[in-house]
Amino acid sequence: MKIFDKFGLAITGAACALLATTPVWAQELIKAPTVEQQATMVNKGDTAWMLVSSVLVLMMSVPALALFYGGLVRTKNMLSVLMQVFMIVSVAALVWVCWGYTMAFTSGGPFVGGFSKVMLMGVSAGTYAATFSNNVYLPEYVFVIFQMTFACITPALIVGAFAERVKFSALMVFVVAWLTVVYFPIAHMVWYWAGPDFLPDAPTDTGYLWGMGALDFAGGTVVHINAGIAGLVGCLMIGKRIGFGKEATPPHSLTMTMIGASLLWVGWFGFNAGSNLEANGVTAVAFINTFVATAAAAISWAIVEQIAHGKPSMLGAATGAVAGLVAITPASGLAAPMTSIVLGLVVSPICYVFVSKVKNALKYDDTLDVFGVHCVGGIVGALATAIVADPALGGQGFFDYTVFPAGVGAYDMGAQLITQIKAVLLTLVWSGVGSAILYFIIDKTIGLRPSEEAEREGLDLAEHGERAYNY
Amino acid sequence: MKLVVAIIKPFKLDEVRESLTELGVTGMTVTEVKGFGRQKGQTEIYRGAEYSTNMVPKLKIEVACPSDLTDRVVEAIQASANTGAIGDGKIFVMEIGQAVRIRTGETDNNAL
Repeated sequence: MKIFDKFGLAITGAACALLATTPVWAQELIKAPTVEQQATMVNKGDTAWMLVSSVLVLMMSVPALALFYGGLVRTKNMLSVLMQVFMIVSVAALVWVCWGYTMAFTSGGPFVGGFSKVMLMGVSAGTYAATFSNNVYLPEYVFVIFQMTFACITPALIVGAFAERVKFSALMVFVVAWLTVVYFPIAHMVWYWAGPDFLPDAPTDTGYLWGMGALDFAGGTVVHINAGIAGLVGCLMIGKRIGFGKEATPPHSLTMTMIGASLLWVGWFGFNAGSNLEANGVTAVAFINTFVATAAAAISWAIVEQIAHGKPSMLGAATGAVAGLVAITPASGLAAPMTSIVLGLVVSPICYVFVSKVKNALKYDDTLDVFGVHCVGGIVGALATAIVADPALGGQGFFDYTVFPAGVGAYDMGAQLITQIKAVLLTLVWSGVGSAILYFIIDKTIGLRPSEEAEREGLDLAEHGERAYNY
Repeated sequence: MKLVVAIIKPFKLDEVRESLTELGVTGMTVTEVKGFGRQKGQTEIYRGAEYSTNMVPKLKIEVACPSDLTDRVVEAIQASANTGAIGDGKIFVMEIGQAVRIRTGETDNNAL
């Protein structure tokens, strides 16, 4: 294998890539390949696509989510939201490489991984991570990077629920603790498995929900339900904003919100299509499903507003698009384009009811509707995944990775739906209870909420000593 | 000397300015203001949260003119800012005690 080393000229490199992949097609598939064999099973197209996808998902946090959220708060809190998202991404990136990756993606127990790769120990340019195909590998760093962007965006989603009234230092402590106690275990439960070449010999070497057969293509449970419920618990425990329901708190810039929502849409192709871990036909399935479900959800939100208020709003269209993106996430690589459109059309009216009716009726101050859009949309998507994944509806079905080579398994929609419900409930309870404990501890020690004076003045000046706009 | 203060609809500014220029008025001050009168505000809805804004954006223009020109200035503004709908605004006229041009030190009518 020395001939394939990195000192080769570009032209020999290209020839080597051909040579390296040819044996996989020509020869028998290799069960449990060695690291040296895995090195020949890496495809440059996959690697390039996954690095581009990682960049797209990073863009979803900064600037997309920051602008989407920032535009919705009042002028005096704009910078606080930008800063919270920016710093959460930075903190989460370091936590991920220090102890997140090993807790999520190494073999440990069913609920959390081990510590064999703490500080990325043992990970090098010559180690590899499995994909969803037999004998197809990614350089492990690529997988670490791609998953890192997910760990960065998930805690950033939470801040929308208690925007305009949280102490910055307390939030940073919460993010480190929440990633460790809530996110890494759930990522492990849903996404960890030994890989298609190793699972047949170790069928129990999976996360708890993966082993149960829960389908979550790109993170409906791990990212959206998880962050959504943590947000709801947070907004309840921190309490309402001063003046909630009495003072007007209209968005300060829907232009920013529209730019943010649009960048989220673009970045989400990395999130969903990238979650296939390879650049192939299923990647394109996830891509087109993400595209059309989002379009359908934006349209159906606008239609609901047209009926309810007589005017379709830009904020409504942007919110609908995000709800559609959230809902298609777990189903993106499993649905078909036409069922994705139906999913998109259905999710917006449901989220609309939570955002504009349920929230007002129950009077909780979920500032930017993290629960109403991400948690509710995530639940709709997670449950709908059981339906749209059915091959009878054009879905991709279920792959049985316990046999070698992996093949399409028998699909039972009813049983799958029950599995999905269990996965949703476990995520809600784990994240809800775990977050509640963390909020409680931090509130009693550091204090979650800034002083009343600081909140009235605005977090930009009170917490960061600057204004978003000087004119 | 009189100070004519008019609250007008923002999109009427150019017409008002043209009509005053025709009279020989050589300057005015314009400010963006908000307020309410008989015109009702609008309702804005953000994700189901309704905010009624009862302050309507208007422009305030201030024109200082010699006393003999005042009536024509008022008429010109009234004619050019008129749409016939509520919310067209108001015109107020008040006395000016003294006027000075800062650059030259000229006073009163010479300063206008």
